[in-house]
Amino acid sequence: MKKTNLALFAIMSLILLGQACDKFEPSEPAEEDLLDGPMEDLTYEENQRFLDGDRTFNDEVFTIEKGLGPLFVTNSCVSCHAGDGKGHIFGSLIRFGQSDETGNKFLHLGGPQLQTRAIPGYQPEVLPPGAPYAVFTPPAVTGLGLLEFVPDSYLLTTADPEDKDGDGISGRVNWIDVPDFVQPRLGSISQNGRYIGRFGKKASVYDLLQQTVDALAQDIGIASVYNPIDVYSGLEIDPEIATEKVNNLAFYLQTLKAPLPRNQDDDEVIAGKALFTQINCSSCHTPTLKTGDAPIAALANKEFHPYTDLLLHDMGPELDDGYTEGTAKSNEWRTAPLWGLGLSPDSQGGRYFLMHDGRAKSIEQAIEMHGGEAANSRDKYQKLAKEDKNKLLKFLKSL
Amino acid sequence: MFNTKTFLLLFICCGISLSKLYAQIDSGLLKRTTTDSVKNKMNMDAVYDRPLLAADKIPIAIGGYMEANWQHLGEDGISEGHQFQFRRFTMFMSSTIGKRIKFMSELEFEDGTREINIEFAAVDFEFNPLLNLRGGIILNPIGAFNQNHDGPKWEFTDRPISATQMLPATWSTPGFGLYGKHYNKDWMFGYEAYISSGFDGSIIDNEQSRTYLGATKENIDRFEESPNGAPLYTTKLAIKNNKIGELGISYMGGIYSEYQDDGLDLDDKRSVNVFALDFNTTIRRFNTFITGEWAWVNVDVPQTYTQQYGQKQQGGFIDVVQPVLRGKLLGWENASLNLACRLEYVDWNKGKFKETGDNIGDDTKSIMGSISFRPNTQTVLRLNYRHQRTRDYIANPPVLLGGFNFGLSTYF
Repeated sequence: MKKTNLALFAIMSLILLGQACDKFEPSEPAEEDLLDGPMEDLTYEENQRFLDGDRTFNDEVFTIEKGLGPLFVTNSCVSCHAGDGKGHIFGSLIRFGQSDETGNKFLHLGGPQLQTRAIPGYQPEVLPPGAPYAVFTPPAVTGLGLLEFVPDSYLLTTADPEDKDGDGISGRVNWIDVPDFVQPRLGSISQNGRYIGRFGKKASVYDLLQQTVDALAQDIGIASVYNPIDVYSGLEIDPEIATEKVNNLAFYLQTLKAPLPRNQDDDEVIAGKALFTQINCSSCHTPTLKTGDAPIAALANKEFHPYTDLLLHDMGPELDDGYTEGTAKSNEWRTAPLWGLGLSPDSQGGRYFLMHDGRAKSIEQAIEMHGGEAANSRDKYQKLAKEDKNKLLKFLKSL
Repeated sequence: MFNTKTFLLLFICCGISLSKLYAQIDSGLLKRTTTDSVKNKMNMDAVYDRPLLAADKIPIAIGGYMEANWQHLGEDGISEGHQFQFRRFTMFMSSTIGKRIKFMSELEFEDGTREINIEFAAVDFEFNPLLNLRGGIILNPIGAFNQNHDGPKWEFTDRPISATQMLPATWSTPGFGLYGKHYNKDWMFGYEAYISSGFDGSIIDNEQSRTYLGATKENIDRFEESPNGAPLYTTKLAIKNNKIGELGISYMGGIYSEYQDDGLDLDDKRSVNVFALDFNTTIRRFNTFITGEWAWVNVDVPQTYTQQYGQKQQGGFIDVVQPVLRGKLLGWENASLNLACRLEYVDWNKGKFKETGDNIGDDTKSIMGSISFRPNTQTVLRLNYRHQRTRDYIANPPVLLGGFNFGLSTYF
């Protein structure tokens, strides 16, 4: 009888314990430590589209049956943008064939992107002899919708291609040819049939639909209704992905929340922020931008803090790989947004791979690699006392 | 054509026939078939080591088991809430066709009727205890779990990750082979050797985005057509001492790539090789039962393919089961209350990035505790708690999963 009571007691207590299950499950990471998640104030229908895009971006693996390749760089979105953050250099891609603003001379040899992997039975591409090229690491994809709806007029206002104000910082927009499927935003400004690019390391992509379509085609080898040309054969083929999926992928990228800053009340972070402005980093890494009108209400007329001006800047010969896109020069790079910088190791395997090709393994190294228009700020950073450098780094990691 | 539906129909017809024949007869006439004595059992005997019901003069015995559970799991703070699952309903049908010729089959319904599989359906011819011929749909004897996987035998609702995902659990294919056993006092030796239909290209092209042998199970045509015409070889040697335990060494390998079609060469012949060690013992002084297995998977993945599909995998599990109360409990005569623990580890991609030389992540670690109550040896109620850490291939901070499940499993 004693055994029976004991057994009964043990079973009942454990069943009751099981009922308090939530307490024994892993807790959710703090919101500000995650890049994933939708913007606030999306409608019910918009949240549905976000979730649909989320599933494709984070869960869908493109297999051969689904159209992978035959030549490709990766087989899913998430494999290059884990947690929606900056990617590991395993997911880097190689662009080649264009050395100046006159266009890509190697399109007939597989340009502008090298497909470095192939499904079994096929051989990946190799870089054509003499082709200029650059390696690009995968960027973080959060907050992109806000960047998309910064008005062109604002970018042209802040651009100073001739450095008329004499501050040593010029900054100009990249005028690009847009593909036929792109519908220019209301208020877009064109020049000789070209539009202002703002996405990608060279600001050579117009909007997030183009980015999505290009990535599907060039990175994964998936033809869509927007770009039905098979990257391998060069022939038009049936779409390998539903159009709604492509649209919802672009919508997902538009409505991913902006990275949330952390430790903003920390004295050292506050001091670091002041130093950031004092040594003029903020001239290009503009702290605050504002969207204009947008078809998604949650994106319209919003002030946000990406720490980029979306403009091209001369970064000096050290970062000139001899390759470019659109009308950018090979030494020009679009200012990288700094928001989410402190969370990069969480998506890059516990370490940093910074600058366009991941050559900088720390924030300090990345600052040291700034040249050209950023040389003055770099020099000022180098002259800072060690404690001040640490404050600045702490601020950057808080973003 | 012999397919799942045909088999299911035959199975049900046999069941109905049996029930009609004995509808007017006291169910007490149905008898449990006798099985081998515990002393002479090895893992390879698991397929016949099941309780079956037989009726006099009817040469067919039937049986089966079921598994159902509740679970509440959370992953990084996000939970699917209360989930009620009916994971498995499995039916056995066994028959002695003639002298030293017998048939055994296992038909499984998983997750309701989402998956219906013939896991095993084979005829055995005994020429000699050391020489038996088996043909049909066989369970490849890689590791121990693949052969000895019935839910009521285990203290955990979830099957081991390494045995179910790295090695495909209940991996069955059409094939033929030989097996045999030899006894000498406390020592036993057994062997199995089969050739069967093999894996296909999906093991390196699947929605898991990792080398995943289980992907081949999605190919239902494997019971009809080998993907490349190359056989899969599986062999296992096992040795047991009644006072020490049983040790098994197994190998499974063959060509998985679809290297030619219609006489045209399409790809290189690429191989998959799997090695496994399994062990089980009972520490008699404490009645502590320990079982575990460890396996290594080597796959020839094209160098020009993505590194997410690893060339090497390894992993395993160990279960320790400690009875704490035995005897008459809650009115059941031979009941037991047990504590158990399972440790698991799988490295899905044992390699280094070409770009950095850093280790590729993609690994899973798990620890599970269990309290199980067995009113008899064929039925188990079990409460499990799992804590699991999974890293992606980049080796980013792990995703944490944890929570309880409570389930039951019983032979019938």
